[in-house]
Amino acid sequence: MTTLDSRPVATEVKDNYLTFTRGLLSWIFTLDHKRIGVMYLFAVLGSFFVGGVMALLVRTKLLFPGRVEWMTADEYNKAFTLHGAIMVFLVIIPSIPAALGNFVLPIMLGAKDVAFPRLNLFSFYLWLAGAACAVYSLMAGGFDTGWTFYTPYSSQYSAGGTIPVLVGVFILGFSSIFTGVNFVVTIHKLRPPGMTWFRMPLFLWAVYSTALIQILATPVLGITVALLVIERAFNIGIFDPSMGGDPVLFQHFFWFYSHPAVYIMILPGMGIISELIAVHSHRHIFGFRFIAFSSVAIAIFSFLVWGHHMFTSGQSPLMNVLFSAITFSVAIPSAVKVFNWLATLYKGSIAFNTPMLYALSFIFLFTIGGLTGIPLAVLSTDIHLHDTYFVVAHFHYVMMGSALIAMIGGLHHWWPKMFGVMYSEFWGKIACALVFIGFNMTFFTQFMLGSQGMPRRYYMYQPEFQIYHHISTGGSYIMALGFLITAIYLIHSLFAGKKAPANPWGGASLEWQCTSPPPHDNFATTPRVGDCYDFSAVRWDEKEQGYVIDTEAHIAAASSGKGH
Amino acid sequence: MSHSHAHADSHGHDAHGHGGHHAHGDHAKYPFLAHHFDTPNQQFDSGKLGMWVFLATEVLFFGALFVMYAILRFKNPEVFSYSANYLNTILGGVNTCVLILSSLTMALAVRAAQTNKKGMLVTCLALTLAGAVGFMVIKYFEYTHKFDVNLKWGINFYQPVNDAEKAIVTTEPKPVENPVLAITSPNPSAGVETAPIVATPAVDRSAIAPPKTGPDGVSTVAMVEKAAEGTHGIAPEASAHLVDPAMPVNTHQFFAIYYIMTGLHGIHVVIGIGVIGWLLFAAMRGRFSSDYYTPVDLVGLYWHVVDLVWIFLFPLFYLIH
Repeated sequence: MTTLDSRPVATEVKDNYLTFTRGLLSWIFTLDHKRIGVMYLFAVLGSFFVGGVMALLVRTKLLFPGRVEWMTADEYNKAFTLHGAIMVFLVIIPSIPAALGNFVLPIMLGAKDVAFPRLNLFSFYLWLAGAACAVYSLMAGGFDTGWTFYTPYSSQYSAGGTIPVLVGVFILGFSSIFTGVNFVVTIHKLRPPGMTWFRMPLFLWAVYSTALIQILATPVLGITVALLVIERAFNIGIFDPSMGGDPVLFQHFFWFYSHPAVYIMILPGMGIISELIAVHSHRHIFGFRFIAFSSVAIAIFSFLVWGHHMFTSGQSPLMNVLFSAITFSVAIPSAVKVFNWLATLYKGSIAFNTPMLYALSFIFLFTIGGLTGIPLAVLSTDIHLHDTYFVVAHFHYVMMGSALIAMIGGLHHWWPKMFGVMYSEFWGKIACALVFIGFNMTFFTQFMLGSQGMPRRYYMYQPEFQIYHHISTGGSYIMALGFLITAIYLIHSLFAGKKAPANPWGGASLEWQCTSPPPHDNFATTPRVGDCYDFSAVRWDEKEQGYVIDTEAHIAAASSGKGH
Repeated sequence: MSHSHAHADSHGHDAHGHGGHHAHGDHAKYPFLAHHFDTPNQQFDSGKLGMWVFLATEVLFFGALFVMYAILRFKNPEVFSYSANYLNTILGGVNTCVLILSSLTMALAVRAAQTNKKGMLVTCLALTLAGAVGFMVIKYFEYTHKFDVNLKWGINFYQPVNDAEKAIVTTEPKPVENPVLAITSPNPSAGVETAPIVATPAVDRSAIAPPKTGPDGVSTVAMVEKAAEGTHGIAPEASAHLVDPAMPVNTHQFFAIYYIMTGLHGIHVVIGIGVIGWLLFAAMRGRFSSDYYTPVDLVGLYWHVVDLVWIFLFPLFYLIH
């Protein structure tokens, strides 16, 4: 054990960030990035529950092709709109960067906190204010425009709660911007000596790319929903053709943000997968620089493809062709990542822990989601598939099957670090399998529905589609069961879970070198940085019931270049 | 200060010895240094980068509005060239000068803080604050005047002056294809109020000359003002712009985006007044020195961007005809 002397010994630290100070006020006014991350996490998971219930309501209605007594068409419209808006603005966008990112980013970087802790807390309260606006909107009559808020539905016809929810989206946008500003500055300025850009874990590269999008795209969403509020409240006519305005202008503005937003959702997920694949197969990540730069490339491409949401909106044919061509090119960096993950797995020592199962699910589902994007990027086939269930299935494979699955995988990966407890691996695997099977049942059938012409957002449908809807709804119940089991064993672990070691999976990045849960200041001394994907100095330790890392050997390997 | 510089410079080489010891030294020496930064330099650089990144979001924020301006101008060029005559170029020009001068005093304030000149810092901040307030005062007069003659947004634009207050309540019915026609066709809720205009079409159309289409905005505004004064006593009569036969369809749109863009800029000026006022207060209490002037520097950056946005707004609305 003499080799361990150079690292801070885990068992000696008595106070961690959870016990450092006590009482409700110490949480409400906390500036600790870890506590803010945890508050975000539970807020996001609570929203995920509400959004999930809405999805189940929608799916349950669709068991029946005609009218049902318990849900009118208007209520149905409100339910799917609420599902979409909650999942996009309250769950997926903040889930990985603001919840998991807040927690692990400074630790992975070897910093004490993010650059602007007050701004970080402020951003969380903005999130709460935005969520409060959404709740108020429900009391004010709800909103039924679909999450895209297209004019003129949103400016003239939609239900009474539209303005409050738009105000909520505006506020949430600023919450997201401030998180992005914080992360960019933290990554630029708070790296300790030795943590060069190419020593930085790939998750941080992904979060950095995401932050760039958050900073550059979200202001446009902010101003767009502000214009929409003004249009609806004062009838100024900028989006109303009868008054000289242009409804397609709204669509351009909206997608200028909302397409990059798709990458705000998926990029951090890809970052998590890079971590999970490397750590759980105990093998150096393959093609570090390719994965790192593909994140940046995706961030850049994301700003150039928004028009592919508008092929049928009447924009000029030349623009359609250009947007279609650039859309294809997004496939390149995405595929670079997938191939590198597969190459990392090859000859790796794969441990099928729960996080790894989610990572493997991700690769499978993301590949389907990505490939089904191709027929939607082709102008001729998109005319047929536009606004059908095919699109719904495609973006659920990417947003849920990929982004959210990655988030759940990351949650399982860092759960021992966050709360210092292990969850039940047995139930973790069962739940992961249920989610995977349920997800594919729910959404693969929707590809078939869409290619046969079932339009999205419809309350009624042709009887011949009923069998697909039955399978889809059945799948959604299986998925819900999987998430329910997950919630139960995770909560159970908080009270009765086995104590987690500092390094349960054998990771080599810095967050595994502080205790579980981490101390208030993360590191007593500024940590020394090796190659975070070099696992040669990581050994299983029976006494600790976890992995330990021989810091001297780890640093030496990195400086001799052996790790590459 | 020199100590912190040397320390920051040695960062890269000094990986082993770096850590708690040095950091604590700096923390004891500089009370403003937050716990998660190692050196004052690191803290200053972080703040500055953060501000630049935030200003990038501001540029995108206004950028979308400039795109909207460009697209709507492209769709309705006649509306923009016609409506610009209703803006007061003199007042806009004075405001531009006021704002540029306040940017200068802000830059001098930063310099004064860097060189430890407290008196000059306070003077410059006070002048900057005066410029910001002066801008808003002039803007207030511009807005008030336009409200008086009903140069407003949407359907309110087509209401006669005396019905302006009622019009705000009755915005519900939307005008059809041609808003000018929409006024003449009685609509359900506002029909009673608008009827008199229909009954007496072109009240004084011959008496009130159409706005001069030239670069001379002042005389036009003066004329509109005169016309508006004339209508105040004698009810009910149309606003001057309503009786102009040369007015293009959808002229209201110009004023909608004028209020949105200058309004959003105005909100930024008001925020600027708040933070510059706070700087002034802190500067008088001697909070800033050559060791610590980060807030002055950052507010300076913000203020220059607010200035810069106006430098684009001024020609786009007031000068291009």
